[in-house]
Amino acid sequence: MNYSNSFLPAAILATAVFIPTSIARAAEMDDAIYWQFQVDQLESRAGDGADVVAWDANAWIGNDDHRLAFKSEGENPIGKRLEKAELQFLYRRPISTFFDLNAGIRHDLRPDPDRTYAVIGVQGLAKQFVETDANLFLSETGDLSARLEAEVDWRLTQRLILQPTAEINVAFSEDRRIHSGAGINTVEAGLRLKYEIRREFAPYVGLHYERKVGATANFARGEGEDTDSLRFVAGVSFWF
Amino acid sequence: MRHSIHSLIGLAAVLAATLAGAPPAQAGTYNLEIARGAIDVAGRPQDAMTINGGIPGPVLRFTEGEDLTINVTNKMDVDTSIHWHGLILPYQQDGVPGISFPGIKPGETFTYTFPAQQSGTYWYHSHSGLQEQSGVYGSIIIDPKTREPFRYDREYVVVLSDWHKTDTPKTILSNLKIMADYYNYQQRTLGTLLDDVKKMGFGAALADRMAWGDMRMMPSDIADVSGYVFLMNGRNPDQNWTGLFKPGERVRLRFVNAAAMTFFDVRIPGLKMTVVQADGNNVRPVPVDEFRIAVAETYDVIIRPTEDKAYTLFAESMARTGHARGTLTPEMGRTAAVPDARPKQFLTMADMGMAHGDMPGMDHGAMKMDHGKMSHGAMKMPGGDHMMPDGTMMKGMDHGKMGHGAMASNPKDDPFYAPGSGLMPKAAEGGKFLSYADLKAFRPLYPDREATRVIEVRLTGNMERYIWSINDVKYSDAEPIKLKFGERVRFKFINETMMTHPMHLHGMWQILDNGSGKYNPAKHTISIAPGTTVEADIEADAEGQWAFHCHLMYHMASGMFRKVVVERETAEIAR
Ligand SMILES: [Cu+2]
Repeated sequence: MNYSNSFLPAAILATAVFIPTSIARAAEMDDAIYWQFQVDQLESRAGDGADVVAWDANAWIGNDDHRLAFKSEGENPIGKRLEKAELQFLYRRPISTFFDLNAGIRHDLRPDPDRTYAVIGVQGLAKQFVETDANLFLSETGDLSARLEAEVDWRLTQRLILQPTAEINVAFSEDRRIHSGAGINTVEAGLRLKYEIRREFAPYVGLHYERKVGATANFARGEGEDTDSLRFVAGVSFWF
Repeated sequence: MRHSIHSLIGLAAVLAATLAGAPPAQAGTYNLEIARGAIDVAGRPQDAMTINGGIPGPVLRFTEGEDLTINVTNKMDVDTSIHWHGLILPYQQDGVPGISFPGIKPGETFTYTFPAQQSGTYWYHSHSGLQEQSGVYGSIIIDPKTREPFRYDREYVVVLSDWHKTDTPKTILSNLKIMADYYNYQQRTLGTLLDDVKKMGFGAALADRMAWGDMRMMPSDIADVSGYVFLMNGRNPDQNWTGLFKPGERVRLRFVNAAAMTFFDVRIPGLKMTVVQADGNNVRPVPVDEFRIAVAETYDVIIRPTEDKAYTLFAESMARTGHARGTLTPEMGRTAAVPDARPKQFLTMADMGMAHGDMPGMDHGAMKMDHGKMSHGAMKMPGGDHMMPDGTMMKGMDHGKMGHGAMASNPKDDPFYAPGSGLMPKAAEGGKFLSYADLKAFRPLYPDREATRVIEVRLTGNMERYIWSINDVKYSDAEPIKLKFGERVRFKFINETMMTHPMHLHGMWQILDNGSGKYNPAKHTISIAPGTTVEADIEADAEGQWAFHCHLMYHMASGMFRKVVVERETAEIAR
């Protein structure tokens, strides 16, 4: 059906594990496999503390009903060793018109020691076009934590976009070795001004604010680290 | 060079016009070769799929009653097919891969052969993948055996289509699946918010934003795809397709909308058009100033330019993203002014079906109850003029008994749009805009009888995921619709989405209930506006397996499609 490029052989193999019935019906045009690789943020942050390069990327492949997704985010202080790096591998399926269920694993390479988590959560488009992503994480040490992310695009013009973002991390128990206290851990807020040169490519500038809270803040103070930072960011977002 | 091409076209047209007067015996055999080629309508050559080297393919001309033979050769490296849109034929000749035949493999020739059982203007196109968007379409004229109920001196086929300036069809579909608003550059911005605040005040503007935001929908979502250049007979507006006429002649224009995604609003500034045929079937003549042609529809109009001057054929996209343009002139080289684009249209809450709950009387289903007392056609007529086009008076008209508050208060509203719809058509230069309500069969194809059952066809979709469906199920998950041979069923289309869907049934007519009773027009494609309910009867007189789908290419490709199976009662045979 003139669709050969949509059917990446590797993807079919990978996805077939989950969706044998779908492959059997692959002849139908409306059941084709699509994929996207998206770098939401690739930016340098300068201001309080050391300058860092931060990224937030994701990718997915699948049809309307079943998708495999990959997410990664992290921070690397320039000239120093990797500070934060997280990978997630998820299975995703729609549970309502606008929301998907995510389930899978998360692995943090940093901070040290590394941690592996089971992930379950929902992600989708909330009212007023707010992109939301809410996940629960159960670590290998039995600690439960949660993360809520929200993001909205306010169009100033057809191509100029003001994008506020927010993120809250909560832990339900303490994991001292990775300096995570119980309760609200960190809050992050961002405000980025993007210009979509194409839908697929948008450079931006903005501000990023991060604050450690409660016991987590105490751990940081004990290490002689700042508990909050406000940084100027410049970067690009792109997808293909 | 261009001039000589024009002259050739002119010559061919004159020839065609001469032929039109007295249809001669024709061979009825055509050879079509589908191959990769390039066209330049967007400033640079782009890959296309051509038929006999061109876009659109040749006009196929037959005479009613003759046996047709059309050899279609696939010179490409992918499967192809040709579907004869609107033709009544054995299903094995219908040309839908996976439903009526296996498709035409690379290097193969498939011979379509069937009798021409009808006359009128039709068209053909590939039914494989997204090939139609790449150029695989052309027109069909079938001349009637007997005299037509209208006269004309010459004729032209006017094939309208859309061609993407940058993206291949596959990329378009992929972009829509990844980001449904990828092509929407008419989104609400800070600027439009400020405009709205100026117009309606801060509170109202914000409330409106919130209402759309709650639905996660966009009022500017009219066309799904932008970035098209619009073509008339394969030429862009600058390439200006031109037809010749002699002042005083009657010219028949056979409009075909072969676009993948684009509805056109068609007008010829300075000329009235008399609509004489819709989807190949003669209708009572309706003089109009403008008409909307849905994707896959055909309309034949007759114009009579008396002045010695050029006229612009102007087909503006419904989403106002551009236009197709051509010229009719007594002499090559003359042109007329090209109208300015009209302001963008925006959907309203009425198009979101928001009126349904509050105003149950607004949908056509409910209107049915009052058919004895009123008619959609009559409602359209301004100033209480209830004269039918054929000169008879409407019977049983009683405005007092019309139970439709909103409509009675605005008799000029088109009943085939949700009251208050942002898509409500209005003639650009004033005057009459064709409504479905105006279409009355010249001669009914079928005796009028009650349908024995109603099949609900809810047009549904998930705009965010770009999944289109019928009754919330997309094609790959759906069971076929089964009809019994010989039965008359009523399709009740309920459009629950914010898009207009031109629904096309293969192999059989859909008799649109527009309140004209036995003169309800028979169509192959019925366009259903957002927030409306439209009913049509189907005489299941064609055994076999048929396609039934929205003719918006990317809606069809993402699920708004069904197989319809017409079978004889096996129980009776067994007995
Ligand atoms: Cu549709």
